[in-house]
Formats: sequence, structure tokens, C-alpha cells
Amino acid sequence: MGVAGGFLAPSLMGVVVFMGLPFGDVMRRSFLDAVGRAFVGVENYKIVWGNGAFRLAAGNMLRFLVIAVPVLFVVSLVLSLLVFQVGRGIFKTSLVLPMVIPAAAMVLVWKILLCRDGVLNQILSGITGRAWDVDWVNGDTAFWVLMITYVWKNAGYDMLLWLAGLGGISESLYDAARVDGAGGWAQLRYITLPCLQGTMGLVIVLSVVNSFRVYREAYLLAGSYPDQRIYMIPHLFGHWFLTLDVQKMCTAAAILVAGALLAAGAVRGVQSIVR
Amino acid sequence: MGMISRKTVSKRTAAHLRMMLLAFICLLVWVPFLLMAAACFMPEDELLWRYLSPLGIGKAPVRAALLPSYPTLEPFVELLLRSPGFFVMFWNSCIQVFPMLAGQLLVGAPAAWAFARFDFPGKRGLFGLYVLLMVLPFQVTQVSNYLVLDRLGLLDSHLALILPGIWSTFPVFIMTRSFEAVPGALLEAAYLDGAGELQAFFLVGLPAGFPGIVTALVLGFIDGWNALEQPMAFLKEMRLWPLSLYLPDMVQDKAAVAFAAGMVMMLPPVLLYMNGEGELEQGVAASGVKE
Repeated sequence: MGVAGGFLAPSLMGVVVFMGLPFGDVMRRSFLDAVGRAFVGVENYKIVWGNGAFRLAAGNMLRFLVIAVPVLFVVSLVLSLLVFQVGRGIFKTSLVLPMVIPAAAMVLVWKILLCRDGVLNQILSGITGRAWDVDWVNGDTAFWVLMITYVWKNAGYDMLLWLAGLGGISESLYDAARVDGAGGWAQLRYITLPCLQGTMGLVIVLSVVNSFRVYREAYLLAGSYPDQRIYMIPHLFGHWFLTLDVQKMCTAAAILVAGALLAAGAVRGVQSIVR
Repeated sequence: MGMISRKTVSKRTAAHLRMMLLAFICLLVWVPFLLMAAACFMPEDELLWRYLSPLGIGKAPVRAALLPSYPTLEPFVELLLRSPGFFVMFWNSCIQVFPMLAGQLLVGAPAAWAFARFDFPGKRGLFGLYVLLMVLPFQVTQVSNYLVLDRLGLLDSHLALILPGIWSTFPVFIMTRSFEAVPGALLEAAYLDGAGELQAFFLVGLPAGFPGIVTALVLGFIDGWNALEQPMAFLKEMRLWPLSLYLPDMVQDKAAVAFAAGMVMMLPPVLLYMNGEGELEQGVAASGVKE
């Protein structure tokens, strides 16, 4: 441990103080009463689980994860295949750019496109010949707007991950397949996708992590009380935080972590069965 | 012969189609960017004529344009010379982000080196813990972080964002992957030449793991420059706010400079990315290939 410990210590100490201890504290408090003294068992969990706002936020978050993450997964994979085959640097640079652009700087452009008097409604009116007057950000469509900004922003980064995986696949595999008469689809199905399995895990994990950051777009576009379809976990925490509702926040956080661990376990299980 | 030529022709069309498709997709990136860039150079009356609704100060049909009709530098002059608030917030962003990045590098790079190059009991578990902490959304530890910062008396100070940020575990993860990709032979040669552990780290590890370091810094910068959740939670006083939190308010105060402010905010991360693109690609690649 000696030398390694020396390298590790500065990081480890800070991680324990600023990450580890708060994390442990959250887990502990989820079982305690409001003052943080008496053990109350699963009482907090019952309260949070029955809380309407929590159900709404968790449901929306889950819906977002189930829909937006696979969309991002497929879009970024297709982009990476296109960029890999065409191989022009300008395309790659352009597609990564949205990740770099701050959300706050982009908000006005989204509003130009999506507000009631905006470009999207004008285009749709032009095409269909009748007047469109949809407030895309503050109605039923808010969820999809959020999903599109999420894919727009994150597709480039995931594409880079896929490209790294694609670059690692030996050309000789494709040559052999071509000799055996495999077409494009067969090559994709039996060579490319299996070889990208290692990349998949990281793409999914980072996509899930980044899905919590759509809060930035949601907040900037619709404020802290948005349409209830995009009322996400971060909004809920923001509101509980204002009243410093420590118990509820800790309990909800613990439920989140449990959910994440369960999901990770399920993915592992599925992977081990598939292999 | 006819078969082959038909095949190559169809192959070439396919390649053209792919290129056109990609170009079209890239338009989805470029058009919003151009809308923004054009609006930066519009005088106030043109802005109000075109974008009254999006600016939230009235209602009128949007008249979008990819080029300004009356180009002017007026918004930038106004912003850079006559908007002291913008400067304060820009400076706040810098104060909060750069020390955090320096700290991440200072504590993160050695830790990543330890994870990548040494074997010690509990290494796998510990690294797993780092990854878990990296994956946790900010909200999970928000309250406890708040309580810790409160006890340390750091709330409502720049340090409230800097200190927790330094020990973010994401840069450690990225740099570890990059250090793992350093060829072992390079190190062995160094040890044979009598290098100690510190020399090996500084003279071999850091240069060879450079893409990972740049990647961690660029991604860390983007995230810090964009920070919204942390300042919202830990900074009550507006004079400490970073640009990312202040910009939406600014739009309401000074519509004329809103787009220019967005552009100035966008420049540092974009320039950074343009300069570090190659390293970023290598670093991201190293993070994804293993396992």
C-alpha cells in the first residue's frame, strides 16, 4: 500500500470528507426522525413513497430514462457509424460541439425556435396551410422538447465513445466476412455490434448520469415550476431544499441510489445470461 | 465487368448519400449556432423587431435571420464596456472554475496513477466506490453537502463550489483509464534507468497520460462553466453567482446584450474544445475501450 497510498491519500481524504461522509450521512438520516436522533425504521420511506410530488417526479424521470436513453443510444451509434465511414473531421467536430455550448447561452435560440410565435410553428403553418399556435415548452410537448435537447447535447460525446470502439475493431474481421458473402447488415449484426459490447456499458452509464442534467435545460426554458410532464427529480429536490426538508430529501436520495443499484444489478444479470 | 462497375457505382452513391445525410444532421448544430451568432451583431431595434417574443418582453411573430440586416458591434460594446454586472459574474465563474480544475488535477492525477499502476488490497472496491460517486446525481448528496459546508462556514463563498468540486471523482476515472493505456515497457525502461516512483510519475506518466489529463480538464471546465445546481443550492448572495446562473436574469434586464452575453459565455469552452480536440478524442477513447 505504501507508495500507492501516498499517491492516493490527498484524493481519498477529500473524497471521504466531501463525498463519502455526505453520502453515508444521507443513507443514515433516511432512517432517522426530523432532528436526526431517533431511529424510525422505514417510516420516512412510507411518507416519501406516498408523496404525490415524489411519485410525479420519479415517474417522469423513469419515463425520461426509458425513452430518452435508448433514443440517445441509437442516434449516437448511427452517427458514429456514419462518421466512421465518411471520415471527415468537420462532421465529428460539429457533432461534438453541442456538448461544449453552455445551456444558458443556447436557451434564447431554443425560445426563438419553440415559442408560440417561433420558427417551428411558422414552418409547420407553412407546410400544413393552417395556423399553428403551440407553446412547445409549456404543454404536453415539453417532455419531447427536453428529450430533443438532451439528445442534441449528448449525442456527440456518446459518438466519440462509439468511435473509439469502432476504431478498435480489426479490419480483417470484415474482410473475412466479406469473403464469406456477408452484406452490410450482417456485418453490423455479427461483427460491429458484438465488438462494441464493451463500449455499451459506459455509454449507458454516462447517458443516465447526464439525464439528470436535463434539469438545466428544463430550468432555463421553463423555470423552477415547469409543466408537470417535465417536473423531474431535481425540481423536487430544489423545492424540498428551499424548505430544508432534510428527511424527505435523504430518503428520496436513498430510494434513488437503491433504484440505481437495482438497475445496475439487473443489467449485470442480463449480460451474464446473454453471454 | 458490368457487374463490378455497377457495384462500385452504387457504392459511390451510398457514400454520397451518407455524406449528405451527415451534412444535413450537422445543419441541426449549425443553424442554431448561426441564429445565435447573427443575433449577437444586431442593433437593439432590430433585435426587438425580430425577437420580441423569445426575449420575453412582448408578443410578435419571430422574424428569424441567419444574418443581421444592420450588423453592428454595439451589443458587444454595451456588454463589455457598460455592463459591470456581467463582468462580476464572468469573473465569479473564473474564480470558481479554475481553482477547482487546478485542484482536480493536483489531487486527481496522483490518485489516478495509483489506481492505474499499483496493486493494493481493496483497490477494486475503492475504484468501484469512486465510480459509484461519479455516477450519483448531485441531488443525492445535496443536503448533506449543504450541512457539511454549513458546518465549515463555507456557504455563500466561492469555496462552497470549489472545494467539493475538487474531489469530484469523474476526472480520476478519466485519468485512470488514460494512465492504464501507458505502455508498461516505457515504465520499465524508466525504472531500469534508476527512476524512482515520483520520477516515473512525473517524467513518464504525466506526458504519456496527457490526453487523459486534457480530457479531464476540458470536461471539468465545461461542467463547471455550466454549473447551475450547485450555485443555486449553495450561493444565496447574487454577487457571488456565476455567469451560468446570472445569464437568464440578465436577459430580462438588458435584452439588447442577451445574445452577445451568451456568445461571450460560449467562447471559452468552444475555444478550449477546438484546441484540445485531438487529446479529448484520445482521452474519451481510452475511457471507453477498456472492459
